[in-house]
Amino acid sequence: MEKTTLFDKIWDSHVVKSVPAGPDVFFIDKHFIHEVTSPVAFLNLEKRGIGVKYPHRTIATPDHNVPTIDQDQTIKDKLSRMQVERLRQNCAKYGIELHDLGSAHHGIVHVIGPELGVTQPGMTIVCGDSHTSTHGAFGAIAFGIGTSEVEMVLATQCIMQSKPKKMRISVEGELGKGVTSKDIILYIISKISAAGATGYFVEYAGSAIRNLSMEARMTICNMSIEMGARGGLIAPDETTFAFLKGKQYAPKGEDWDKAVAYWKTLKTDDGAVFDKELHFDAADIEPMITYGTNPGMGIKVKDSIPTTDGMEGSNKKSYLKSLDYMGFQPGEPVKGKQVDYVFVGSCTNGRIEDIRAVAQFVKGKKKADNITAWIVPGSREVEKLAHEEGLVKILEEAGFELRQPGCSACLAMNDDKIPAGKYAVSTSNRNFEGRQGPGARTMLASPLTVAAVAVTGRITDPREVFEN
Amino acid sequence: MAYDKFTILRDTAVPLPTENVDTDQIIPARFLKATEREGFGDNLFRDWRYDVEGNPKKDFVLNDPTYSGKILVAGKNFGSGSSREHAVWALYDYGFRCVVSSFFADIFKNNCLNIGVLPVTVSTEFADKLFNAIEADPKSEIEINLPEQKIKLLATGESESFDINEYKKANMQNGFDDIDYLLNMSSEIEAFEASK
Repeated sequence: MEKTTLFDKIWDSHVVKSVPAGPDVFFIDKHFIHEVTSPVAFLNLEKRGIGVKYPHRTIATPDHNVPTIDQDQTIKDKLSRMQVERLRQNCAKYGIELHDLGSAHHGIVHVIGPELGVTQPGMTIVCGDSHTSTHGAFGAIAFGIGTSEVEMVLATQCIMQSKPKKMRISVEGELGKGVTSKDIILYIISKISAAGATGYFVEYAGSAIRNLSMEARMTICNMSIEMGARGGLIAPDETTFAFLKGKQYAPKGEDWDKAVAYWKTLKTDDGAVFDKELHFDAADIEPMITYGTNPGMGIKVKDSIPTTDGMEGSNKKSYLKSLDYMGFQPGEPVKGKQVDYVFVGSCTNGRIEDIRAVAQFVKGKKKADNITAWIVPGSREVEKLAHEEGLVKILEEAGFELRQPGCSACLAMNDDKIPAGKYAVSTSNRNFEGRQGPGARTMLASPLTVAAVAVTGRITDPREVFEN
Repeated sequence: MAYDKFTILRDTAVPLPTENVDTDQIIPARFLKATEREGFGDNLFRDWRYDVEGNPKKDFVLNDPTYSGKILVAGKNFGSGSSREHAVWALYDYGFRCVVSSFFADIFKNNCLNIGVLPVTVSTEFADKLFNAIEADPKSEIEINLPEQKIKLLATGESESFDINEYKKANMQNGFDDIDYLLNMSSEIEAFEASK
């Protein structure tokens, strides 16, 4: 029998038809929608005079532009309010399940999907958001789509997609103290660049990946898009099954046993061939931070910003433009630089495990005076757990401001903006110019590094704070 | 929705050699709050084009009257980051019908094809030729011939072939979109869904 990869198994079983010299008609099991990339899709359905074909396969939540304070009140920003109201109207009209502001499972779409057990191994999942790749952590093919494709899924439950090439990234060995899954992915992206996996779908493998929790796996798959990959996935295993068992939408009873038996078949065969294979050693990975304006511009916290040696033409110009925006010089160290804001949250690192890590780190300490510290849970469920576990108290005593769930300062569509020229060390996924507000300077790092920065007020290697 | 047909486009071009231009630069998130697809061109490259007071920044290429045209010649890894189709809507609304680059981000490229902006991938050498020609003479015309899959610098006659799959090519030439195709095979999709 032909040896196939996990990606092949899931992809091939969802092809309704292959168009000659064209893309595949690709069936979508689950579709997530939010307020920003769906309204025009619904509008176009109306223009065409058609409805939503399989409403039970779509789940909605408002997350991108919602305020993170006073969520029980009417949204003040008129345009944001209109988008959220439009989402409510569309969900009511077509019978789509909505997890609205204030409800028990409201939150960032990529946090609530797994939390509800909607996300399951072997599925195909899309959403009008590039971080849909998060769901790949469960051994699903999950990726971001544009609004035209949102419309296609609503209308037909299919999209037209050419099958991407396959890459396997293996990370073997044990992670050092103070090194997290965020450091793994920032390290990989810094090695292969922000475009290094464009055209590929990635499978993450190796002992360092298998030893990670589901939350940590989600962080890695989440940032697949930041190296250009359409998505990334990890073969499901006992860790996956344990996470899903008992979740609201997870199969129950006999169905659970059947599901697990199927899920166990979802792995890459020995000897299956990838278009590209990369290998990394976990021992080489240390706490990472970005210094530029794309996620590929990352270094170890202890290292200096690369010089322009060997760069020329538009490559060098683009590099210097990026450093100029950040207010940094080639060759200088990042450690010790003063920071203004820290942001803990987003679909990358806004889960309970992330909040636990920060709370554990700052317990009994105070944030530095020069730091404004925001902590935004990824969902109401995360917020609830953070209260129940006493984490909120610890964080508030340390001087963090806890806000309500949403995408928040990750993309600053709401009022959670970093002021122009200020430095923010963030657990989010993008350090693009203006991403966290016009003129804001973002440095991406793990929750532990962010916690260390909050305490010292400067770029800090978390391991040094541990030791003290 | 169905869009304009694309066959042959002959025009001057706007050069933007910066590499890794992400969709947050093409259209910042704070301008994604519309519920209709209108007016996005005004905020195309907003923070590169205007200062905080809303005054045009003189050094940005869209504010330089020397350059104009329906073709954007962009640097490597154009359109990375967010899947927001609004980025392509903004380019389209501003007047671009074709983007040329030596490397495109995946989702951006798909989004372009879905709304009728032709993404043309050229070699790094040919991209450099285009940048040099436009710099030497901003009135240099470029011809994009979709039926023949050729891009040509008209002044010198230098040309290069580009790839596009037959299905998407036919869609672009005829102004069809994927939904038309998918709706036509609804019985096959229904049978597939029922088997899940």
